[in-house]
Amino acid sequence: MQSTNVDDPNYFHKVVDCQWACPAHTPVPEYIRLIAEERYTEAYMLNWDSNVFPGVLGRTCDRPCEPACRRVRTEEKPVAICRLKRVAADNKGDVSAYMPAVPTAKNGKRIALIGAGPASLAVARDLLPFGYEVHLFEKDAKGGGFMRSQIPAFRLPEEVLDEEVERILDMGVVCHFGEEIGSMKTLMEQDFDAYFVGTGAPRGRDLELLGRQEVDDYIHIGIDWLSSVAFGHITEISGKVIVMGGGNTAMDCCRTSLRLGAESVKVVVRSAFEVMKASEWEKEDAMREGIPIINNRPPKEFVHENGKLKGVLFECVEPVRGEDGRLRYEPTGEPDEFIEADHVLMAIGQDNHCPWIERDLGIEFDKWDCPVLDEVTLQSDNPKVFFGGDSAFGPENIIWASAHAHRAAISIHLLCQGKDLKADRPPEGVNLLSTKMGVHEWAYDAEHDASARNLVPLVEHTTALTNIKVEVELGFDEALAAQEAQRCLNCDVQTVFAEKLCIECDACVDICPMDCISFVTNDEEPALRQTLTAPAMNTEQALYVSTDLPTGRVMVKDEDVCLHCGLCAERCPTNAWDMQRSVVHVPQLGSFAS
Amino acid sequence: MTFVAKPKVHHPNLPLNELGLTRRDYEGSVSTLCAGCGHDSVSAAIVQACAELSLPPHRFAKVSGIGCSSKTPSYFLNKSHGFNSVHGRMPSVMTGANLANRELLGIGVSGDGDSASIGLGQFAHIVRRRINMLYLVDNNGTYGLTKGQFSATNDKGSTSKKGAPNLYEPIDLVSMALQIGATFVARSFSGDKTQLVPLIKAALKHKGMAFIDVISPCVAFNNHNGSTKSYEFVREHTQELVNADLIMTHPEVTVDYAEGSREDVSMPDGSTLRLHKLDADYDAHDRVGALNYVQRSQEQGEVVTGLLYVDPDPVECHDIMDTVDQPLNELNEAQLCPGSAALADINASYR
Repeated sequence: MQSTNVDDPNYFHKVVDCQWACPAHTPVPEYIRLIAEERYTEAYMLNWDSNVFPGVLGRTCDRPCEPACRRVRTEEKPVAICRLKRVAADNKGDVSAYMPAVPTAKNGKRIALIGAGPASLAVARDLLPFGYEVHLFEKDAKGGGFMRSQIPAFRLPEEVLDEEVERILDMGVVCHFGEEIGSMKTLMEQDFDAYFVGTGAPRGRDLELLGRQEVDDYIHIGIDWLSSVAFGHITEISGKVIVMGGGNTAMDCCRTSLRLGAESVKVVVRSAFEVMKASEWEKEDAMREGIPIINNRPPKEFVHENGKLKGVLFECVEPVRGEDGRLRYEPTGEPDEFIEADHVLMAIGQDNHCPWIERDLGIEFDKWDCPVLDEVTLQSDNPKVFFGGDSAFGPENIIWASAHAHRAAISIHLLCQGKDLKADRPPEGVNLLSTKMGVHEWAYDAEHDASARNLVPLVEHTTALTNIKVEVELGFDEALAAQEAQRCLNCDVQTVFAEKLCIECDACVDICPMDCISFVTNDEEPALRQTLTAPAMNTEQALYVSTDLPTGRVMVKDEDVCLHCGLCAERCPTNAWDMQRSVVHVPQLGSFAS
Repeated sequence: MTFVAKPKVHHPNLPLNELGLTRRDYEGSVSTLCAGCGHDSVSAAIVQACAELSLPPHRFAKVSGIGCSSKTPSYFLNKSHGFNSVHGRMPSVMTGANLANRELLGIGVSGDGDSASIGLGQFAHIVRRRINMLYLVDNNGTYGLTKGQFSATNDKGSTSKKGAPNLYEPIDLVSMALQIGATFVARSFSGDKTQLVPLIKAALKHKGMAFIDVISPCVAFNNHNGSTKSYEFVREHTQELVNADLIMTHPEVTVDYAEGSREDVSMPDGSTLRLHKLDADYDAHDRVGALNYVQRSQEQGEVVTGLLYVDPDPVECHDIMDTVDQPLNELNEAQLCPGSAALADINASYR
């Protein structure tokens, strides 16, 4: 195998599994260390810089970081990264001094952002410090987009959202709230220098089934219904409720129904429990509130009587894994199941929908009504028009919206500067800093903490269910946060190997608790993976291979289950191993700042 | 030494042995020796060997004397019996332990000072008595605990860290062990676990006195250019002679080695000791031949390693003394004291 090029920014970035998995590449271990030091404001700002909405995300993020957490592989449960983020937001001090300066003299470029959701807001934040005049158009009266209309207040209190939205608006956004853009063509007549579309995926799917038309009054599209609840147009739901669908929207619908007075709520899902789209913890939250999730039941018919919904008829199927590994559903032969219902909430997915963008503006759309975009620049076929968030590639989540926004902001800046949107993008980079402070002293807490994941305290059950505004999760207090922070393995403190210093004494091999290090004869990767002290079966994790050592062997470190405990460096007599903190530079518009 | 405790968590795919234990269950406390000390590799090799053989950790007696080497029993087999004895007196304590309970697996760890200086007499006599044990010397040619004086195994002409040469002839424990009756004699290097681990496994299965001299560099005081016990020197001057492999089941017939260079030795527990001779003319059962070979190589500045001598039909102390099979510490009063009638009979036989 070729020796590893540790100068490649992606090599060490990939070792930090959480950061690598995060679409916005938030430096997770770094902010967890700040939380451990009770430096909440700095921890918050590090998040804000990267993902823009730490308070919101600390409650609602889809957490791609957590399943990626190395702790899942070394022990069992990941670090409660999302909950720690919230701790930073809950305990931060005044952040105004840390806000980027926005010049009063503008640079003469005018940018239009359509839709005031997370994507547009994040673009605004990135552009404003560079002197852009940013106009934000939104059909609702307040900013926040789906963060406001879709996420129920018992998961995300309004004041948390308001604070983070207003922080951006206060940077000098020209707001056009209550102005729905009905025609892109008309907007483009105002001749902005660039346009960013962040209008989400606003169309909830419906289901054309027998009886659907007759009971229209009792069937609601999930996201529209949640939105009506959020804006106070709907304050109650009565009788028996069926929520159809297995995603996070379904979970929000069922829990909201329970709080609005439903007599009973059931979630009915076409597919198996394991393959439901909802996050594990959202399913748990719903079930904890006593909501049954009924799986393997595709709907057949809306049963009604005298124009009133009586219930829904479901087919009974069971999942069978085909030879290709995919799940197929076969009828079980049981009779169809009738479930009584007074209301049905449809949460079976949502689609992109941009009827207001005329199709003759040079903006191409594919057959799913998604714009044709360059994946790096997010530029459409019309060079002045960019897309981000759900409106770009279909429904994702808030953290993806932040990630898109950073990319789009760079593109818009380059466009306005007359530069090439690809060649002139700021590069990725990595800095390595030794954490060695003394013979046995490291600038991070190297010791491994074997504690189990801490559970988040919840508000008392009946209180939670009686008021939709009561936040269910109380969040970690400072003591719990400090405990949880200790569980982080500090994966960004890298084991860096200097071949020239190695005397091949085996001290690192002997001390490594996880059998990560081997000194072996080099070979092709598949063979090499088998010859290590512990065979490296997880091919998604890299092998760190040295150049040839004096005995002709190479050092091979399997990154997979390294605890970053620093024992290899502690036991190395020649400092051939060093623990170095990697700081990954993910390009943002701020990267241009001098 | 290290201040970070070794985490208890281990690799998720770490194999379990026949007792359901992982290799980590055979470890001891974290070493307080200098970082990079060869002795830690020897401890790791013992851990690996015992785990791979599925030996019960609580059935070991690990005994040592004084010195860096003699600290190491703390770093392996946490769950076994241990005795850290007086300087050079490991053999006495081990002899006692073995006589009292012949079923314990004996590991004696000693160093070049402990065995070749203050304990030379003890070393000679335990070898001569052929106690059934593994006698392992961590040999670094220096007194590391007292900051680097030459030990008795330091080669003549090898220099101290400051460059002063050693003026005395070395004591070679391998030659001594061959001469006075060890039935298993090997030399190895702490930096070569592929050789050392199988040797330790074979030694643990050997019935009788198994002696392994492990060259184990002292990184702090004897790992410099003028040293003949440095990692670099040993790697450059090692000549592997007989590679041992312990095969636990009936061996398959393989044709990997040239004819005449492979030999299987049956072990008392039914396993097979397979020897791969790198010099086809070498006879690993010829005590005198081995002695000559070792000494000639030494004269040429080469370090021969591997299993240098093994007696295929060994005799150990309990055989010589014709003791009962049952461990002496388990004999009860009735067995030990047959009563006055028996005494009267004995007395009568002398009348």
